[in-house]
Amino acid sequence: MKKEILLGNDAIIKGALSAGVDFVSGYPGCPSAEIGDDFAKIAKENNVYVEWSTNEKTALEAAIGASFSGLKSLVNMKSFGINVCSDALLPLAYTGTKAPMVIVVADDPSCWSSAQSEQDSRGYAYISNIPVLDPADPQECYEFTKLGFEISEKFNIPVILRTTTRAAHQRAVVNFEEAENKEKKIGEFVKNPYQFSTMPPRVLEMKKELLEKIKKISAFAEKVKINNISGNKGSKIGIITSGVSSMYINEALRELGLDLPVLKLGIFYPLPEKMISNFLKGKTKILIVEELTPYIEREVIRITKSVNPKIQILGEDILPKIGELNPELLCIALAKITGKKYKKFSVKQLSLPKRTARLCDGCPYWYILPTIKKIAPEGTVFGGDIGCNMIGALPPHNMYDYMFCMGSSIGISHGVKKSNPKQRVISFMGDGTFFHSGLMGLINTVYNKSNPLMIVMDNRITAMTGHQTNPGMGKTIMGEDTQELQIADIAKSCGVKNIKVLDPINTEELEGTVKEFLEKEEVSLIVCKRVCALLERRQKKI
Amino acid sequence: MLYWKGDKKKYKTKNIMDKTFNLIINGVGGQGVITLLSLICESALIEGYDVRSSELHGLSQRGGSVETHIKFGKKVYSPLISNGESDLIISLEMLEALRSAIRSGNTTKILINDFVSVFQGGLGKEEIKKHLSELKNEQYIVSASDVCKEKLQNEVVSTTYLLGYAINKNLIPIKKESVLSAIEKTIPEKYRELNIKAFNLAYASN
Repeated sequence: MKKEILLGNDAIIKGALSAGVDFVSGYPGCPSAEIGDDFAKIAKENNVYVEWSTNEKTALEAAIGASFSGLKSLVNMKSFGINVCSDALLPLAYTGTKAPMVIVVADDPSCWSSAQSEQDSRGYAYISNIPVLDPADPQECYEFTKLGFEISEKFNIPVILRTTTRAAHQRAVVNFEEAENKEKKIGEFVKNPYQFSTMPPRVLEMKKELLEKIKKISAFAEKVKINNISGNKGSKIGIITSGVSSMYINEALRELGLDLPVLKLGIFYPLPEKMISNFLKGKTKILIVEELTPYIEREVIRITKSVNPKIQILGEDILPKIGELNPELLCIALAKITGKKYKKFSVKQLSLPKRTARLCDGCPYWYILPTIKKIAPEGTVFGGDIGCNMIGALPPHNMYDYMFCMGSSIGISHGVKKSNPKQRVISFMGDGTFFHSGLMGLINTVYNKSNPLMIVMDNRITAMTGHQTNPGMGKTIMGEDTQELQIADIAKSCGVKNIKVLDPINTEELEGTVKEFLEKEEVSLIVCKRVCALLERRQKKI
Repeated sequence: MLYWKGDKKKYKTKNIMDKTFNLIINGVGGQGVITLLSLICESALIEGYDVRSSELHGLSQRGGSVETHIKFGKKVYSPLISNGESDLIISLEMLEALRSAIRSGNTTKILINDFVSVFQGGLGKEEIKKHLSELKNEQYIVSASDVCKEKLQNEVVSTTYLLGYAINKNLIPIKKESVLSAIEKTIPEKYRELNIKAFNLAYASN
């Protein structure tokens, strides 16, 4: 056993190595990106294949191919990534895996680094019937990853390891086994369309098989030790919790000097219903402590009906559904239901100006955003996208009129243009996002004939999430040379007539091109190509 | 193994562990908050403490406010520090110091880098200093950035400089030797010497 301080994401790597993972794919996002970044650093010596895929769907599809070929795989993404790959995820639940697969999905309660929604990805368990594990800290990130591979191997089903920012970006002491050296594994796709092809009528048989698997996994969940009860079992008041919330409730119990029984669920889906039923017996009140959506609470209320209908279930009515939990919120809730005294700390009243994210010094986007804002005609609609360019929504720019999800700025601008051809629309997007999904919106815009102006802010890297490689760079995550895709060439072959590639430091050229392209009847594209300032400084240092 | 004793009166039941040492490190994205955090976590582990920290990456790191938490002691449950529960705040920037200070009790000590990262609509240094001076907390305002720029030609190691200062003034229950071993372990070789210099510069200067 080794004992080290590890970040939750790095503990996931240790767990995957210990399980003998062969194939790692993913798309960088916060708070999951270190999984791919740090895996790449140790991939060679551990004989593991690692890639940044072009998006979460291609990442999952790659892992499906690897699984069908007998390789153990780990897929990593942030919360919204599971939306992108869900099209491949649902049939994967039906076919099942051949070699085991763990899919890490990192949620971000309180939206510390997320623009589009405060997503609770646990809900995918209900849509897909895929088991979901919910670790609280780095030690559990390590153990649950290993267990995820075990469950996947035992039941031939992918397993979702759902983390949150406070687990993924928590550092703590982790006890772990250093993985043994393994050979580089060459897989083999052994043909078996009976398992791998979801064509009807077989597809409904597959659904039946899936539901049977879930029954078996439910029975397994009753016995597995990551669902456990601690504290004074005789108390009439009990707590049911999972994930990072379990740490906060333990802290709050300590703070208030309370000793209550706590049922901690390591497996979110399928739930150990018998274990929960037994826990409910003899209790008068249950506090459900979970972040965001009251999924566990609803399940517990359902179970209560047959076991102990008089029991009072508390959760969403005394805890917030928006934002992450913390020990203080739980102290208040516990005080309320137990009658214990708790004095909330009063913050000193002083209003301070907020310091929001800003473009770095020397960032090429400093040349693009103010220039275009200055010369665009009154009433021009500006569409923003995900990545560093989203800082354009914040002061001092305050530019974006809409902002959604990866690659959406161009897709939405097409709809705005179609609604009113006279309205001027400029959409912004980074290079990484263009390759992720922005290209799809561009093709739709060309095909269905509208004419927004698209600005690709090509800073030669996927910057916001910590500098990951993308197809425009000619490098893979492993630093190997690969085909360098040219955004302008792609656009040209997609039928975009008006294309200009320029260095945005030449603001006059940028101004002139924007003015010219805004008058065009077809969609236009300006690729503003200049390397990320942080990357440039780093490269100079080396 | 050393345990942080803290204020034991606060906890009344018998199975309560000793109090944890609660440290907030904050600043502006890009200042090296996370490097300092991982250095202190490692030092605490070397001392034999249980330790947990929480940090933020991504959007908030791009020049925004960054507040990270470290707790260490006999047993740590949650990595988050509740309002009023911090023992020490180390701030790499003055406005950020003030931001965390107003959510702290009067006994929290505050170690502040004498540096303001200006932004549109932000407060001036004099105004921040005035607000800070109205607080009852024990405060140390140290010219870490200036000294490191002048003596080491590198501003980023002001984080390690502040740590040297904190250890020297006994603001953290960690020994100098533990920090030096942690530097060996966590800082890449080419920056190691520079960090040791920054640490010693502060450690020896007061």
